[in-house]
Amino acid sequence: MNEISVIISRLSESFLLNCRLFALTLVFSLPLGLLISFGTMSRFRPLRWLLRTIVWMVRGTPLMLQLMIIFYGPGLLNMSFTWPSGATGRFVAATVAFVINYACYFSEIFRGGIESVPKGQYEAGQVLGMTKVQIFFKVTLLQVVKRILPPVGNEVITLVKDTSLSRIIANKEIIMMAGEYSSKGLIWPLFGTGIYFLVFVGALTLLLDWLEKKMGYFRV
Amino acid sequence: MAILEVKNIEKNFGTLKVLQKIDFSLEKGESIAIIGSSGSGKTTLLRCLNFLERPDKGSIIVNNEVIFDADDPATQLESEVRKKRLHFGLVFQDFNLFPQYTVLKNVTLAAELLAKERPNYKQDKKAILQEIQARGEELLSQVGLSDKLECYPHQISGGQKQRVAIARALALEPDILCFDEPTSALDPELTGEVLKVIKNLAERNTTMIIVTHEMDFARDVADRVIFMDDGVIIEQGSPQEVFGAPKEERTKQFLARYKKD
Repeated sequence: MNEISVIISRLSESFLLNCRLFALTLVFSLPLGLLISFGTMSRFRPLRWLLRTIVWMVRGTPLMLQLMIIFYGPGLLNMSFTWPSGATGRFVAATVAFVINYACYFSEIFRGGIESVPKGQYEAGQVLGMTKVQIFFKVTLLQVVKRILPPVGNEVITLVKDTSLSRIIANKEIIMMAGEYSSKGLIWPLFGTGIYFLVFVGALTLLLDWLEKKMGYFRV
Repeated sequence: MAILEVKNIEKNFGTLKVLQKIDFSLEKGESIAIIGSSGSGKTTLLRCLNFLERPDKGSIIVNNEVIFDADDPATQLESEVRKKRLHFGLVFQDFNLFPQYTVLKNVTLAAELLAKERPNYKQDKKAILQEIQARGEELLSQVGLSDKLECYPHQISGGQKQRVAIARALALEPDILCFDEPTSALDPELTGEVLKVIKNLAERNTTMIIVTHEMDFARDVADRVIFMDDGVIIEQGSPQEVFGAPKEERTKQFLARYKKD
């Protein structure tokens, strides 16, 4: 009995790493994704092609591989840069990889959302004497947010589960923790991890539904 | 005194000559109807006046001020375009209302944003916003939508949307109000209410340029009619002259085709 509660508390503790990675990835990848999306729509061709190439490479290779390249790459290439030692370094490297990866996916969603706003909306703002910045914030932004909410929600839910991939560079996240038990012959903790993800995603789903309802007062 | 003079405007899209030698002027309080078949350049002309397109040649003069001259880069500064646009208002064919704002907010939004640039905005914020709000309500009652102030665009009909769009354009008190086929996107039974509003404006001597396919309406409302074909003004004159006794062969053909439809 005592052992069960110890296991549960260790699983919960390791799930905190998944949660931290999740939160940090969102906080940084959403704004970075917006910047990248502006770049991929830029009229300056070299910038546009550079960013589109990066997005292609990031979306075209497994996140697991990216984690390894970012964590081991600097050492293997004898770069002067190295990650901090120990758990911190592994976590920071994982965060960097996740932010880059998700920013690229988000940037494509943002680009689609921004490009789907009818030209007439910009023109209506222009002939009413609005500045470009005013048009973006007062006219198009909310329409874009409404349009992209479902695909962004999808990505966010995927991110919850993807955080487990960080174990490939030895981050002690929940599945890695459970794996230590299963390798000793105790299998239920591994299945138990599913409950953590289900509860987390369930809460997120409620939040996303609420947001969608919040924006149901207008149609685009 | 002409409020608007358009001199020798030319516009090309690549090798396609969309507008050539466009010359006309508009008196204060006058309304002009521009007619012609699709692709004749009517819409492009309105878009040039509203700085949505840049003419390749010619000049636009409002109240004796050269607001655009293709040969004078000083008149084309991007930073001043925004101010110059405000001489004109534009009502679009497909309304382009802002879906996330109420009818009233659609009308007041631009005025509220512009008010922020007034020097006394900080002190008198409340009074200024109240005044804009009152003006918006007044305009909406003028177009018969007092009972729709808090509706969102998806909750009202196409005819009502276009009337909101007209009130929105009037809110900034443009010198010249332009209409780009204001009833073309509407079901036939909804065009009447929009045309009535425009007619009303004409009776109040609003200076207007109306691109339209509604010939009876043009004859009824306009002080002057311009017929365009292939990017050129073929004929202009009073409605009686253009509709009653067209001089040019192409005008006759166009009007005959319309009567058949």
